[in-house]
Amino acid sequence: MIGVPLASFGLFGEAFQFVFEGREAETGGVTVGGTSQVLELAAKQFEVTILALAVAILLALPVGLLLGHYGRGEFLAVSAGNAGRAIPELALIALMAAAIGVGLVNLVVALAILGIPPILTNAYVGVKQVDRASVDAARGMGMTEMGIIRRVELPLAIPTIMGGVRTAAINIIATATIAPLAGILTLGDFIISRNVYGDAGVLAGAILVALMALALEGALAGLQWAMTSRGLKLNRS
Amino acid sequence: MTDVLAAVDESFFTDRSGGSCIQDNKLFCPGWVADNYDRYVEPTLQHLVLVGSAVAAGFLIAFALAILAHRHRFLSTPFLAGTGVLYTIPSISFFFLLLPVTGRGALTAIIALTAFNLQIIFRNITTGLRNVPSEVTEAATGIGMTRSQILWRVELPLAMPEIIAGLRIATVSTVALATLAVFANGGGLGTEIVTGSNITFKTGIIVAGSIAVAMAILFDGVLLLIGKLLAPWKRVAA
Repeated sequence: MIGVPLASFGLFGEAFQFVFEGREAETGGVTVGGTSQVLELAAKQFEVTILALAVAILLALPVGLLLGHYGRGEFLAVSAGNAGRAIPELALIALMAAAIGVGLVNLVVALAILGIPPILTNAYVGVKQVDRASVDAARGMGMTEMGIIRRVELPLAIPTIMGGVRTAAINIIATATIAPLAGILTLGDFIISRNVYGDAGVLAGAILVALMALALEGALAGLQWAMTSRGLKLNRS
Repeated sequence: MTDVLAAVDESFFTDRSGGSCIQDNKLFCPGWVADNYDRYVEPTLQHLVLVGSAVAAGFLIAFALAILAHRHRFLSTPFLAGTGVLYTIPSISFFFLLLPVTGRGALTAIIALTAFNLQIIFRNITTGLRNVPSEVTEAATGIGMTRSQILWRVELPLAMPEIIAGLRIATVSTVALATLAVFANGGGLGTEIVTGSNITFKTGIIVAGSIAVAMAILFDGVLLLIGKLLAPWKRVAA
């Protein structure tokens, strides 16, 4: 059906054919690719990314908020962010798989480790930057410390915090691409297992991963916009 | 399942010294490292070339874009959006988007890592330039400096701390990301992690990963030092 005209687009055409119709495996015999396998692997990559991001947020956000509120642990919060960038993703995933074992839980833990530093640092910085006058006013109105964090500092720090969440999300979804090394098949399997899927599969995998990362980033940017209070948006324009 | 996960073949361990530690694939075998450190020399040099080229190219392009955006404010938004897209596309995906264009190899890896860098550096240069107090540029105009003199002799020197900060983030991230270049046949320390049966060899992963971390720290320290030399007034203030 659509296979014939697509062939004229060279490797890109073959990649599209791989995604929509599937192609014969390089190893012969079976058909690989096609919408059902693509959707299955994409769903797995999405699942792994969301799980790891959720774990990273649950662990890093409260710590960052508390440290920022009490103005303690600046060294910890800031150097966590710096050190996090230096972690080689490939070595982390490979070591996790080799030393602790393959599987979903271990993979999610490894990916969450990549997501924690930017969220922690940005939550700390975001809260620290909140105008002290706003905090004092809230305290004067009789708000509790937890109330101040939740209803004053958190809303005012949302743009910075979401910046950290977006950085974490990009790191996590990018690294989820090499998850097949840890035994979880994501879209990255098309890229890594070239001996099975061929160059058409490799290119198809690359396109799908790129689109997925851009979609996630777009969605989080939209979420940030929706979560930012109207007052902050007015200030910026 | 992927071929890299194939069972470890016996020969991989038997032709290495270290005795039972290697046979049992313990977490870390110092004996093996002492005997085999030479195999890391070439991947380390390749890694240096990947990172050096990508950061240098990223800096030159981002610098040009930032100067343009500084002169013509309306360019700032499209540049930020464009570099944002390049930043968001995962490097490992970028390698193979280039497959029909540049094929496999170090060049492909360098292009993808450069694309990743652009936004980090661009954003820091533009922020640095924007943070220069307007009184300073007005004073410079007042003593008769031209626009390009103001840029090169007033604004850029004052923006230097931000520019160096951007370079540090870009460099450290690139050192970590360049381990993925092995998937594009680009060499680097990733070779010692995934090639053949290495993926299950813990000592090898730890050594390659540690060299990458050490390289990141080293680059970070050198840039920090350069930043202090280029912005001496900061030392007085601090």
